Amino acid sequence: MNEVKEAVDWAAFPDPRGHFGPYGGRFVAETLMGALDELQAVYEKYMQDPEFLAELDTDFKQFVGRPSPLYHAERLSRELGGAQVYLKREDLDHTGAHKVNNTIGQALLAKRLGKTRIIAETGAGQHGVATATVAARLGLECVVYMGAEDIQRQSPNVFRMRLLGADVVAVKSGSRTLKDALNEAMRDWVTNVDNTFYIIGTVAGPHPYPAMVRDFQSVIGREARAQHLEMTGRLPDALVACVGGGSNAIGLFHPFLGDPSVEMIGVEAGGEGIATGRHSAPLCAGQPGVLHGNRTYLMEDEDGQIVATHSISAGLDYPGVGPEHAWLKDLGRATYVSVTDEQALRAFHRMTRTEGIIPALETSHAVAHVIDIAPRMRPDQSLIINLSGRGDKDLNTVAALEGIEL
Amino acid sequence: MSRIRRRFEETRASGRAALIPYVTAGDPAPEVTVPLLHDLVAAGADLLELGVPFSDPMADGPVIQLACERALAHGTRLRDVLEMVREFRQTDTDTPVVLMGYLNPIERMGHEVFVTAAAEAGVDGVLMVDLPPEESDDLTGLLEQAGLDPIFLLAPTTSEFRLQHVAAAARGFIYYVSLKGVTGSQSLDPAALGARLEAIRSISDLPLGVGFGIRDAATAAAVAQVADAVVVGSAIVRLAEQYPEAPERFRAAAAEVVREMRTAMDAARTTAPAAV
Repeated sequence: MNEVKEAVDWAAFPDPRGHFGPYGGRFVAETLMGALDELQAVYEKYMQDPEFLAELDTDFKQFVGRPSPLYHAERLSRELGGAQVYLKREDLDHTGAHKVNNTIGQALLAKRLGKTRIIAETGAGQHGVATATVAARLGLECVVYMGAEDIQRQSPNVFRMRLLGADVVAVKSGSRTLKDALNEAMRDWVTNVDNTFYIIGTVAGPHPYPAMVRDFQSVIGREARAQHLEMTGRLPDALVACVGGGSNAIGLFHPFLGDPSVEMIGVEAGGEGIATGRHSAPLCAGQPGVLHGNRTYLMEDEDGQIVATHSISAGLDYPGVGPEHAWLKDLGRATYVSVTDEQALRAFHRMTRTEGIIPALETSHAVAHVIDIAPRMRPDQSLIINLSGRGDKDLNTVAALEGIEL
Repeated sequence: MSRIRRRFEETRASGRAALIPYVTAGDPAPEVTVPLLHDLVAAGADLLELGVPFSDPMADGPVIQLACERALAHGTRLRDVLEMVREFRQTDTDTPVVLMGYLNPIERMGHEVFVTAAAEAGVDGVLMVDLPPEESDDLTGLLEQAGLDPIFLLAPTTSEFRLQHVAAAARGFIYYVSLKGVTGSQSLDPAALGARLEAIRSISDLPLGVGFGIRDAATAAAVAQVADAVVVGSAIVRLAEQYPEAPERFRAAAAEVVREMRTAMDAARTTAPAAV
């Protein structure tokens, strides 16, 4: 069990300038400071506005399909022989992952700000698809930046975005993955800041993004908490979620922060193993620094240059992590572990064959960790996995790894 | 008196706008940088901006991104950049050098270690693109104690409220980003620029440098009529791309750009008295 030494008023974070303890903040070029002030003002105003919240709630129900079910994975639980495993089924959200909870919310803010153009970065393409979807629905121009390497390995999602009318721009600078897509989206924003709204897909970036994205994703944890209480009469013993930038994990964790009996475990991408250096696990093996507008744990070399990351899952292939996770780690309120590509792939198959649910490769990291820890827990204990996305987008990747031609 | 302040007093006294070329340290190769800096001074540079290469230069356009990649491919690190300044200072004790870059290499080195090393090497100012005054209390304090100027950016999008705040934190000079966009972008509008600089002058006595979008001698000359300093980066750095295997030709071409700008800027100030 995690022990936080002093009582923390979780609702008081971040502070007004976006700090979670030493992390977070707003480290951007001057040109964006005005736009971030404007965004913060509109976000703070509308998060208190009953009309806005009602509209968001209606969209969650009618467009996303919320609430998503909490599912008792009885067969997997029985096989593991320990804790009862519950799945928060964000894979059933419209577009196939939790990402849409956030894009719906930010798009409603964009509309109120009168912006006509939406931009986004994407790794696995889930956030890009979720952004293209809401842009199509609101009739807004949409440009999605995606690393050239990710475009190769996530081609079904690229096609989906284009069907939805988005312009998908291949980013060929740097390591050609998610971090470079984020750099390029920032460059677009600084150039077109007057008419453009930048929908960041995770709980990272300059304030207010980490807090704002968390608030939109927290619907996951609010629902899961009520559902678990209703189904079992008690709170879960542990929450487990994969962490790239960390939006699905924060979405699940945040509403439970004030429940000291609930353990929280974030699972990072261990790639080929932490010892090989080929991974994407800044909380497990990185150190604090400043990138993409916030102070957080990073993967960097001894000169502070950001290093290339690796993961089987494009959505976790990122050298940073949301600042709130960095803070929860230091406080000891959440624990962060890593799972290798190989373990994730085995978990992908096991979940598919045991429960009839094909999880995304990102999500499979969380599943793998539960396969490891559940047998050591008692059958009267329970844990919730955030089943953050479905695995259809990964069929090409898995087939290729296993030498199967589709 | 700091070298930066002294240099601006000199240029003001002689009725000129200062010319500040930017080059990325270690581009196209580490051994080129110090001789290049001397060439730029000989060609008419008043201050120098030396870029610290970073893997993720978010505020820069493709020209400076590629310069960073070339410099990093040669292993140019922050401590190497400081060593270049030290070497430059052995024969030039007058020309101010401002380091420009991103915060993370300094974070990694540690604020105190960096500030001490930078002061010893002969650095005069530090401009971190992703460090607004709101986040910089610690580093700013250390820089000032060591006699270095923390230099900050202002942009067309900066609100009146932040204008005051940034101007209060800034030392040395204020770097005005002339347009919305990354470095090397097009379409600077000198008329709008003049009005904006007037507004900044009403709240700060610091010299105003203008950068981003100074593409050629004509733009430099137009800006020199309304600004205290003209910063030129991508127009020089792109020449490193043009002569990848011939650093002598790059140095000569860079010096030629500076010379042309110098001539055009001085002529503009002489024929048309400054608008201010």
